[in-house]
Amino acid sequence: MSELLGLTVAEAAARISAGEIPGAEYTEAWREAAAGDELNAYLWRADDRTSGTPPNGEDSGTFGGGDGPLAGVPVAVKDIFCAEGIPTTAGSRILEGYRPPYTATAVRRLHDAGAGVLGKTNMDEFAMGSSNENSAYGPVLNPWDRGRVPGGSSGGSAAAVAAGLAPCAIGTDTGGSIRQPASLCGIVGLKPTYGAISRYGMIAFASSLDQCGPLTRDVTDAALLLSALQGHDPCDSTSVGIEGGIAAPSREDLSGLRFAVPSELARDGIEPGVRAVFEATLETIERLGGELSEASLPHTEHGISAYYVLAPAEASTNLARYDGVRYGMRAEAGELVEMYEGTRAEGFGDEVKRRIMLGTYALSSGYYDAYYGRAQRVRTKIAADFAAAFSEFDFVVTPTSPSVAFNLGEKTDDPLAMYLNDFFTVPMSLAGLPAISIPAGLAEPEGGGPRLPVGFQIAAPAFGEQTLLEAAFALEREIGFDARPGKDGDG
Amino acid sequence: MAGELSGILDHVDRIAALDLDDVPPTSHVVDLKNVLRPDEPRPSWPRETMLDAAPDPAEGAFRAPSPAAETEV
Repeated sequence: MSELLGLTVAEAAARISAGEIPGAEYTEAWREAAAGDELNAYLWRADDRTSGTPPNGEDSGTFGGGDGPLAGVPVAVKDIFCAEGIPTTAGSRILEGYRPPYTATAVRRLHDAGAGVLGKTNMDEFAMGSSNENSAYGPVLNPWDRGRVPGGSSGGSAAAVAAGLAPCAIGTDTGGSIRQPASLCGIVGLKPTYGAISRYGMIAFASSLDQCGPLTRDVTDAALLLSALQGHDPCDSTSVGIEGGIAAPSREDLSGLRFAVPSELARDGIEPGVRAVFEATLETIERLGGELSEASLPHTEHGISAYYVLAPAEASTNLARYDGVRYGMRAEAGELVEMYEGTRAEGFGDEVKRRIMLGTYALSSGYYDAYYGRAQRVRTKIAADFAAAFSEFDFVVTPTSPSVAFNLGEKTDDPLAMYLNDFFTVPMSLAGLPAISIPAGLAEPEGGGPRLPVGFQIAAPAFGEQTLLEAAFALEREIGFDARPGKDGDG
Repeated sequence: MAGELSGILDHVDRIAALDLDDVPPTSHVVDLKNVLRPDEPRPSWPRETMLDAAPDPAEGAFRAPSPAAETEV
């Protein structure tokens, strides 16, 4: 069994398709592993009959089967993706008990490729958060150190893959929600170009920013999942897919490739340990033949300001649908407005309320131009900064997160400090660009303690996923990160 | 929460200092061309399926408390 769990998804899928491993045996091994979840990574599992027998007698863990590229592969799915008959909460009380009547295109595509749903993973409520502490169902623990956060909002997906509770996972990234938890848990997380993967059936947070992507053990698995997930979907008119598709990466060096280090993103507020790993990774890039230069992206430092206007503004309109009438919970009340207010007061957590208030304020008459209008213009400037950088360089690189995993409760009283975790990931989201975080090493947290994973972020031009994966693959190979929770950490 | 929101808005206010007069706003980052799909009827979701998830379905519709108290104001 343990030999099966040691395989990457690409290795397992190849052996299953060659008939060397029965797909059912592989799936069963992972179901048993997922059942051992002590991190609160899962909100629902395919073997959890008490909380999730789907209607119609259909087995929710049903696999697409056949000879698809992911035949027999179980995938941990962030609880933001609707799956027919399977409880889907988006980490919120307001959707407790909700079973969608339809399946998200991303989940459908995995199914079409032969994969199945292993479980639904815990997350910050409606994907709002960077630590998973905003889940209505309790925080996820970081497998490297259970006193620390796994990052967020796709914290359950990242922790499940890092802890060996799932072979791979999907999540969503609005301002860093795939890349940051991947960084804090020591795995690979890819946010594709906006439009690469359909958002149909993905519960909306900020529609102009939300994007689905894979969280995996390595870059090859990320490419394999992306290849199945990407593509145009008639149900999402903003989806366009990636022309030419995605192939397994094979590049071994970085010669001739030009990497830009943004001067604005590489100064204050980075933990010394993170900085050291980042600089060592830059040396690795040069050793592989890559060319490094500093570049100016002057508006990226305003990314957080623009993001925390735009994302809450979009959220405040998207979340208006939770009114206790058509789905989800309802507070008992004798009168309609009282029912709306009671439902939202009871159903939404503090961070969601905070963002709805920020968003409605930013969109209100008299403040619209000062906040929303200006933030949209900053977004234009940030996209232009990247466009200028990509006229000279192939990639922009930064640390994924300014720190390693922080302690549970450390930032819950200071929302702004929490938001600043997204400093390096938000600019790419605003510009709609693809970016990947790969584990680059371990570093001691500020204040001491066992060493924890550090992620290295690489961003590429829109729809440049194949080139991005090739570079990440070469770099991953040279870095040779093989630390695992419990082996090198204290988890 | 008022103090927290003020702190966030103070940070956001940093963009007030930028010169953005001639900059167009971005609402969507990917260049899209409008396309038309064939105008063909398709089956819609069955009413019963949609009502299954409602907290209080009744007579083939969503039932909600009366807004009467509001209209009296």
